[in-house]
Amino acid sequence: MRLRDNHLFRLIIFVILPLIGLIVTSMNSGSYYSGLVHLFGINIILVASLNLVNGYSGMFSMGHAAFMAIGAYASAMLTLTADQKVFLMPALPDWLMHLTLPFPVTLLVAGVLASVTALLIGFPVLRFKGHYLSVATIGLIVIVRAVLDNEDQITNGARGVTGLPDYASTGIIFSVAILCLFVLYRLIHSSYGRGLIAMRDDWTAAQTLGVNLTTKKLSAFLISAFMAGMAGGLWGHMQSVISGKFFYIDTSFKIVETSIIGGMFSLSGAIVGSALMTFIPELLAPLETGITLFGVQLPELYGASNMILAAALILIIIFRRQGIMGYSEIITDSLFSRETYLSLFRPDQYSSLAKAIVTLPVRSWQSLKARWVGQKHKSL
Amino acid sequence: MAELLKVNNLSMHFRGLKAVQDFSASLAEHGIYGLIGTNGAGKTTVINMLSGVLKPTAGTIEFAGRDITAMRPDRIARLGILRTYQNLRLFRRMTALENVIIGAQMHHSYSDVDAVLTLPCFRVEEDEMRRVAREMLALMGIERYADERANSLPYGAQRKLEIARILAARPRLLLLDEPAAGMNPQESAELVEIIRRIRETFGLTILLIEHDMKVVMGLTEYIYVMATGQIIAEGKPDEVRKDQKVITAYLGRKRRDA
Ligand SMILES: Nc1ncnc2c1ncn2[C@@H]1O[C@H](COP(=O)(O)OP(=O)(O)OP(=O)(O)O)[C@@H](O)[C@H]1O
Ligand SMILES: [Mg+2]
Repeated sequence: MRLRDNHLFRLIIFVILPLIGLIVTSMNSGSYYSGLVHLFGINIILVASLNLVNGYSGMFSMGHAAFMAIGAYASAMLTLTADQKVFLMPALPDWLMHLTLPFPVTLLVAGVLASVTALLIGFPVLRFKGHYLSVATIGLIVIVRAVLDNEDQITNGARGVTGLPDYASTGIIFSVAILCLFVLYRLIHSSYGRGLIAMRDDWTAAQTLGVNLTTKKLSAFLISAFMAGMAGGLWGHMQSVISGKFFYIDTSFKIVETSIIGGMFSLSGAIVGSALMTFIPELLAPLETGITLFGVQLPELYGASNMILAAALILIIIFRRQGIMGYSEIITDSLFSRETYLSLFRPDQYSSLAKAIVTLPVRSWQSLKARWVGQKHKSL
Repeated sequence: MAELLKVNNLSMHFRGLKAVQDFSASLAEHGIYGLIGTNGAGKTTVINMLSGVLKPTAGTIEFAGRDITAMRPDRIARLGILRTYQNLRLFRRMTALENVIIGAQMHHSYSDVDAVLTLPCFRVEEDEMRRVAREMLALMGIERYADERANSLPYGAQRKLEIARILAARPRLLLLDEPAAGMNPQESAELVEIIRRIRETFGLTILLIEHDMKVVMGLTEYIYVMATGQIIAEGKPDEVRKDQKVITAYLGRKRRDA
């Protein structure tokens, strides 16, 4: 029995350990480390929702930064106090000026507005075949940026909006993330998702089997934008400062990059990609300021971490097209399966886990040997 | 017998090329029809138009009394016209079973919200789809491949899988584009039997394109013969076989007829 097939093992690795990590994070809110974990959670929402469009339905959207921006400004508009808004958003109508809503509600509003925007640009574009969506979404980013920078009576222009309350707690960020993952997971494993995948693999065949391509493409795009809008709202309340320059093409590009590296055909890929792309740049950051490695003082390498990530992306595209996780759903399968949680009460799971751990060294040695011998046979 | 499909003067022009010109046909419910003709005669183009994949340049198509000429392919499929492809269009990464489930889910009734909440109605219907899909695989004699990836199946089995997939979608009219292509004589004889049986089981109407004259003559009740975009003869297999124009244009050249 392989270790990874053991439900108890999955429970420990994918549920209990992460949960402990999150509890520790929430007790240290405000620390540098907790900021990173929060960013990780938001990235999961962004990348998983992007995968619905770019991975599962075979379109290519670059629009996530725009939807984030809309979500961030929308929710800020509803959490800031009237005193702040008079100063930052003087042109707001009276009813909006005095309206403040609970943070989760503002996230829903953020999602709805992002979706409406997606509908406005998706409807004209997605009725046609071909890859107009990527171009249209890049256009959207540029337009949103221009509006944010110039409507200074509502958005405070390029100066941005400051003083967003720090509502983005570990709890709410990861609740939203898990909820998004769950909804996406369930959708993908129903007739809706199978239809999407069929459309991606062969749209003609899908269409002659009753799949309405326009509805499928549009709905996937809207759902994805909704989640990106919520992520934007969370991001804004994590940073407490938002302005147009945070939501530009490079932001979208980073999300797309994360999606490709983790594996855009898998929700688990979104989680793995987000983890790597959140934490690795932080590990690389010291390179930029010059570090001492084995007693050697390295020079300051500005842009080193970006270059390393770009190189990683190119390597992935060349050697592992499908991304790190490929089509595997091991993490989400474990998270959303009853078996995982029930294993806690099943003695046989404990004994098989123990056995799998004890025999692990032997088995890995054997499989290594088998691979090595196999290789030798091939080369002979 | 009641008329199920009525095609009037259908034409398809690709720029200057008249791929199909004035194609008219009438299919009665429960009949098996053949569509034969030389390479490039326009047979596949006819099926493309009937299934909505191509919009005809001129002419009309009526199905069960409704004009479907301008309808989208997915709506035509929902009305019960389902087709296979000459060059196979399976969902190659999916398993054989999953391919058939795509057909089986066409008429599903649970909503996406039911699916997200995993309500009992969702589970029951999902199980039912799986059951139907397995049944169709069994009917085509390929259930042993259920959990294998579609593109790893032997060629003949892939052809049968395409038929299983559309059978699961509750068809009324099957359009089969060279279902026996690439099969050996034994396999295609088997296929003839299967097609007969599925017509009886489901009360289907079938239009099939076929190069193998044994299949066409043995299976069909009425044949349309095309050459360079036009119907040059039609009638019962025996009549068509003796038709001078058909012999020169098609049979004479191929000498495949037994
Ligand atoms: N989408 C298209 N665009 C341009 N020309 C096309 C298209 N589809 C078919 N044709 C042309 O129309 C003619 C008829 O093609 P069609 O595929 O219908 O023939 P067929 O009878 O099915 O032949 P075969 O026995 O080889 O399958 C051919 O000359 C073909 O090149
Ligand atoms: Mg053809």
